[in-house]
Amino acid sequence: MKLRSVNRLTPWLYSAAALILLITFTYIPVANMIGYSFTDWDGLSRERDLVGLDNYVKVFTDPRYWQVFLVSMYYFVASFAQIAIALYFATVLSFKTRFRNFFKGVLFFPYLLNGVAVGFVFLYLFQPGGTLDLVLGFFGVQDTPLWLGDPDIANFSLASTSVWRFTGLTFVLFLGAIQSIPGELYEAAEIDGANRWQQFRFIIAPGIKRIISLSFILAISGSLSVFEIPFVMTNGANGTSTFVIQTVQTAFYFQRVGLASAMAVVLLLIVLVITWIQRRMVPDEDVTLS
Amino acid sequence: MKRALANTGKYTSLIAATLVVLVPLLVVLFASFKTRGEYGSSGPLDPPSDWFNVENFIVAFTSGRMALGFWNTGLILVVSLIGTIIIGTMTAYALDRFDFRGKRLVFFLFLAATLVPGVTTQVATFQIVKGLGLVNTPWSAIILYMGTDIISIYIFVQFMQSIPKSLDEAALVDGASRFLIYRKIILPLLAPAIATVVIIKGIGIYNEFYIPFLYMPSRDLAVISTALFNFKGPYGANWEVIAAGTMIVIIPTVIVFLALQRWIYNGVTAGATK
Repeated sequence: MKLRSVNRLTPWLYSAAALILLITFTYIPVANMIGYSFTDWDGLSRERDLVGLDNYVKVFTDPRYWQVFLVSMYYFVASFAQIAIALYFATVLSFKTRFRNFFKGVLFFPYLLNGVAVGFVFLYLFQPGGTLDLVLGFFGVQDTPLWLGDPDIANFSLASTSVWRFTGLTFVLFLGAIQSIPGELYEAAEIDGANRWQQFRFIIAPGIKRIISLSFILAISGSLSVFEIPFVMTNGANGTSTFVIQTVQTAFYFQRVGLASAMAVVLLLIVLVITWIQRRMVPDEDVTLS
Repeated sequence: MKRALANTGKYTSLIAATLVVLVPLLVVLFASFKTRGEYGSSGPLDPPSDWFNVENFIVAFTSGRMALGFWNTGLILVVSLIGTIIIGTMTAYALDRFDFRGKRLVFFLFLAATLVPGVTTQVATFQIVKGLGLVNTPWSAIILYMGTDIISIYIFVQFMQSIPKSLDEAALVDGASRFLIYRKIILPLLAPAIATVVIIKGIGIYNEFYIPFLYMPSRDLAVISTALFNFKGPYGANWEVIAAGTMIVIIPTVIVFLALQRWIYNGVTAGATK
């Protein structure tokens, strides 16, 4: 009898550390955050007053707070470009190409770089009279804008930086998916006289549907949680503040933890809804766990 | 003829992409070898006159306290990786090798947690870390890196499913304890999965900025990301020094990438598609 009760405990002992960490740093924060979001807590004092839905009303009505959602749109649209570029190069490199590994490595490499370093590299590139202006000058473009100083342009510049940084990941995911398509399919298609476009349209595209849909989900949640690039490069100035920058500033600089929590809850709900829609639209074919 | 044209297009696009990736990095490399005066008088695309002028690197390394940054990053990296491996493999062992009541619930808790983006909950997580008295200690980063790592557990569970259960059973018959089986059979066989986790998580921790920035504002605790970020204020105009600092951060990544390419591609694919 004693032995059995020990046995029953064993799996819990093995998973105890992970469960404690999971609950302490994921579930309790989510629960607390929902709680804070209905208060005016400043994060420091002992007292906090319930304010009902005031924080949520503010998030949706005060342009300072909802405008950051519009900034996400730049990154979201940019991620379409990112997916298109990645898909193009993954397709090209899945066929026989000279220096294939070199090109693959170069395209992927930016994804591995430190975000702060990427921020500095592009701050340097976008400087007035900097590399970009010089290169555009070669092509006869003289009147270049202030890439990061002009509020109409800054978000395009930052979103492009984000494309530069993350295309490599999307590309490698696509390439891996394409290469897992059996080679005989291409050979058979070749014999049947299919050209490259038809091979792409009827063999590659259906084969990587799942990974493309996953990329769109990553694109949406990614564009909502952009932080490093605009924080390092512009610190959210010139209308480039993103949801996370705004939340961090609200919570930690302006000590409005209640309001920041409401923002975070809204973001969390959006991400959950999007993930739910994706699961409904493209059900997982291979459920691997349990 | 048509094939040749398509080929030209293909290689042109590949070379264009290579330039787009490499030129921004190359100009920073150029700048890092230039002297103050040279930086002012030459264009960004002009190579430095002296490729052995390491002055900027010395300035960046010493006054940017980058040695300390590497030390702190290394310390946090090693401790969090060891912690992640122990916790992750043990949890995976429990989930894959035991049948117990509540197992489905545990799975669900881990699965559902992947849906919560870490950046959203920091407002509340911060209060907990503060309550534990860990803010401005390396433990804040270490415990968060260990505690928020669900991907590793997945990688371990998946890999463990491919280790035959008959191995455990044979050992059990021979009188081995559960822990001995974990320690002597499962753990060594998990080596490839551990390598994958070390690589993707190691790169992730080396590049992490948000957590150290938020939880360890003390300059003595600066990791490599925050040390580089701190160049922004005092060196605002000294681009040649910032360029050198940036290169110091990038170079280890280049070396690791060249040495471990295959592993990195596999690890990244495994980590992202889970």
